[in-house]
Amino acid sequence: MFLFYTLFVSAASDPIIHVDHLVRQFGKLTAVNDVSFSVQRGEIFAFLGPNGAGKTTTIKMLTTLLHPSSGTMQLDGHDPVHDQAGARRSFGIVFQDPSSDDELTAWENLEFHGVLYGVDKATRRKRIDEMLKFVELDDRRDDLVKQFSGGMKRRLEIARGLLHHPKIFFLDEPTIGLDPQTRNHIWDYIKKLNKEEGITVFFTTHYMEEADRVADRVAIIDHGQIIAQGTPASLKQETNAQSLEDAFLTLTGKAIRPEEVSATDHMRTMSRMWGRRS
Amino acid sequence: MLNTLYILWLRQLKRYGRSRARIVGSLGQPLLFLFALGFGMGPIYERAGGGNYLQFLAPGIISMSILFTAIFSGIEIIWDRQFGFLKEMLVAPISRWNIMLGRTLGGATVAVLQGGIVFLIALIAGFRPENWAMVPVAIIFMFLISLLFTALGTAIASKLQDMQGFQLIMNFVVMPLFFLSGALFPLDTAPPTLLFIAKLDPLSYGIDGLRAALLGQSHFGIFIDGGILVVLTILFLALGSYLFSKIEL
Repeated sequence: MFLFYTLFVSAASDPIIHVDHLVRQFGKLTAVNDVSFSVQRGEIFAFLGPNGAGKTTTIKMLTTLLHPSSGTMQLDGHDPVHDQAGARRSFGIVFQDPSSDDELTAWENLEFHGVLYGVDKATRRKRIDEMLKFVELDDRRDDLVKQFSGGMKRRLEIARGLLHHPKIFFLDEPTIGLDPQTRNHIWDYIKKLNKEEGITVFFTTHYMEEADRVADRVAIIDHGQIIAQGTPASLKQETNAQSLEDAFLTLTGKAIRPEEVSATDHMRTMSRMWGRRS
Repeated sequence: MLNTLYILWLRQLKRYGRSRARIVGSLGQPLLFLFALGFGMGPIYERAGGGNYLQFLAPGIISMSILFTAIFSGIEIIWDRQFGFLKEMLVAPISRWNIMLGRTLGGATVAVLQGGIVFLIALIAGFRPENWAMVPVAIIFMFLISLLFTALGTAIASKLQDMQGFQLIMNFVVMPLFFLSGALFPLDTAPPTLLFIAKLDPLSYGIDGLRAALLGQSHFGIFIDGGILVVLTILFLALGSYLFSKIEL
């Protein structure tokens, strides 16, 4: 029945993201193991899974940061491997970790982005004003980003990711470590965008109630493979669960996943020692 | 392409201008060398028939501050990587070569500015160029040294995940480049082994060229210095951008 649903949807409509038999190996480890899925134009799609399941690796391949070991992908008709520039222009992204330049102001970060994406000056300046208002950072435009809180940096990154009018918006755990108010705020922006600009949203999160509330469709990945996809309601129904969180735990088990300490974490500790803010 | 090069260049300059502590901090070492060695060793050098040591030393110390700043500007890519900004650049619809070149031009400009500050300090200490008309040539040499070593820093940083190896690079790359270059001693009278090593050190040609422009004295000759520097700079830019293009996050 589940298979039928997938076939039916992909036959009937117009996928903007298409992933086919995607594989990525790191030495002996297969981080992404034969993953296939589609996201429809205008959809809000949640990509869920425990730590180390392959979410971020998949996003990195879709966004041209990593080459796949095998398999094919399409982003709005562009192949992220062979048509990098085309693929890159089609999406905006908010990364899991902060990625703005702390030594530049909010405005300068946006200006930098706009120039890199080849947005002409008049359009760029207008759009920067518009986006700063949209994420309510208008009054902080000339402040250095290092003075911003985690939530403000996130909002700035959302503004930046949208600056060049992308058709697809990737958000890798956009609400991690933020208070409920800010999280709520961020989802409001994203839903508004999806509704008003028809932008396709692809996000990952560990907060299942967010996925349940926001996503049209959900895919669950574990050990590098997609183990379920469908609407939040259909997943709950399949697993006889009350909430998406229960459905998720039924599908992926309750064992705690090992998490690697990355070089970034070491660096953050070091930089705190030296008084730099991360 | 020009717009993106410009904004990448501008970012490096803004970051430099905003880190006053770094500007002042990185002047400490050249100042020490200039004053302690310049005035301390000067009388002995003069008695040995070498002439004015401060005159001889200043181009070496200017080059030293350029070397340090340039390598560090290149290595800053590790910071960009750790603090996430590298990802923002790498997903932008421009080529890696374009990013590498823009950053390197910015880093090199910063290094030239830093060298310029040391030049002014040297003037205060009593250094005098033989021929002021040759100062523009000196600036060209300063820029070549800057480009070459920013590209080297970029190449090194592309292979490193974090700053753990930084000390290693300081002690086994940067310091030898400086001490073996003829910044502190004349190559004309150096023992053959030392001279041979100095000939392998790209900085030797930078310093020699700078001395040729500022003092009218040179070991290799200004055209050989310039030629070798240009070739090496192109080579290091190619190496840097090749290694940079191989970065996967």
